Amino acid sequence: MTAIPDTPAGGFRLPRLGRLRGIANAALGIAALMLLWWLGGLAVANDPDMFAFADFAPAPTLAALQDIVTSGEVWQMSGPSLYRVGYGMGIAAAIGVPVGIAIGRIPFLREITNVPFQFLRMISPLSWMPIAVMAYDTWDGAIVFLIAVAAIWPILFSTAAGVRRIDPSWLKVARNLGANPFHMLFVVILPAIAVDILTGLRLALGVAWVVLVPAEYLGVTSGLGYAINDARDTLDYSRLAAVVVVIGVIGFALDWLCMLAIKKFNWVRDTAH
Amino acid sequence: MVVTRFKTESGATKKPKAPAVKPVRGAHVAVRGLSHTYRRADGPVLQDLDFEIRQGEVVALLGRSGCGKSTLLHMLAGLSHPSTGEVAINGNEVRGPSPRWVMMFQAPSLYPWMTVAQNAALGLKFARRSREIATRVPDVLELVDLASFAGRNVQDLSGGQQQRVALARSLATSPQMLLLDEPFSALDAFTRRSLQRDVRDIARTLGITMVLVTHDVSEAVLMADRVLVLDANPGRVAHDVAIPLEDAARSTGSEAFQREQARMMQLYTDVAHGDATTPLT
Repeated sequence: MTAIPDTPAGGFRLPRLGRLRGIANAALGIAALMLLWWLGGLAVANDPDMFAFADFAPAPTLAALQDIVTSGEVWQMSGPSLYRVGYGMGIAAAIGVPVGIAIGRIPFLREITNVPFQFLRMISPLSWMPIAVMAYDTWDGAIVFLIAVAAIWPILFSTAAGVRRIDPSWLKVARNLGANPFHMLFVVILPAIAVDILTGLRLALGVAWVVLVPAEYLGVTSGLGYAINDARDTLDYSRLAAVVVVIGVIGFALDWLCMLAIKKFNWVRDTAH
Repeated sequence: MVVTRFKTESGATKKPKAPAVKPVRGAHVAVRGLSHTYRRADGPVLQDLDFEIRQGEVVALLGRSGCGKSTLLHMLAGLSHPSTGEVAINGNEVRGPSPRWVMMFQAPSLYPWMTVAQNAALGLKFARRSREIATRVPDVLELVDLASFAGRNVQDLSGGQQQRVALARSLATSPQMLLLDEPFSALDAFTRRSLQRDVRDIARTLGITMVLVTHDVSEAVLMADRVLVLDANPGRVAHDVAIPLEDAARSTGSEAFQREQARMMQLYTDVAHGDATTPLT
């Protein structure tokens, strides 16, 4: 960093070099992970006790990955999973955002909900599993419920925190200019907290994606969690590892989309501007 | 749409003022028997206020912190209500905020996710007069010397420019009265002077009644036709003084201005020291 001179000419080169270095470092990190994976595979293959698990190594995994991608199976696996996560996230947002705005705006609500919400938040979503299975007719319904339960808290708390950070003078000025409650919500409050809502969605997505796989160990016969379970039962370890890679790649991509959205809606200027 | 464009924001270069913004009939204000006591407070913050403000008059409420001048301004704006007595604008009791009188605050409080033009258009949008935005917003931005900044994000603007956007936003709905709550106190001296002059010019040109809250004696004398010096604990009108200055004499360098300022300073310090009974000369 300090090697680059802080001259006016350097000022133009700096961002470009910085970006190149970022890409190079990311590539380095990926290479290091692959190396560790390969070394681990090597160690397993040479260990007589674990020799049966050699298919977890990069080469068989990538071959299996190529198979499930070219056969289109990857879409059959991830389609239902994405649908469940989307549905659960949608429910979580539909409840979490309005409730978050309400508890951010009304101190009384905040005070009465604080203890119950913090209590509920700390319960692992998966501990609702038996209840979800009893309460819903379909496995899909139970899974969507579990995802929604996991995803609602980050959205709700992030929204409420954003509302509390709204500059009170924005509300005062809007009132003074004749804003009605509808304007207040859609012209002032929601744009002001858009980034907080999206940050909450991003955190929620991380949790939901984690909860999804064990939730799909339930009775369903589709989705990434089912594919993992199925591969384990058939001792197809290269396929199992390939599904793990798919889960990681999709999770990474979803998170990246959230970050793009946050960047787009973020109205706070960089101080370096 | 915009006729002329100006490069500067400071107001240092005087614009050729041919306002496309039409004059309005300024509001007439009557304050009658107004007293106010905050809940859980020992005594009243404002007591027995009785005064009138003529159409198109510029009045400064001058007083120390805590004399209730901001509270009074909020009541004129309908943002809060007195314990007893009433505020009437054009003969009707004020019951709440209205687009016909707009308040400007110390912070410009612009919405940072909007452009200059979008900020200026807000009052019209809220008043369901969106059809006027296309013509009205360029006109008011021109009036405050920011025509060429319409598409910029407000975060790119200086403090003085931001306060000009806030002024444009206040003027967009053609209010009959502007209420200013120390709107220039966060600005540097040069920017403050040019805004003080421009805001007075704009209000006078448009015929808008203006009420200004300040603790700055020179600001009151520069801008106002009339100054109400407020006493504190309880807030009362100690002096009601006309400022008989021509517009040309309203600059800190003029002798007439300095005389008025000295006279006002005397009244202000007398009141501040609890000697509000000195008869006016």
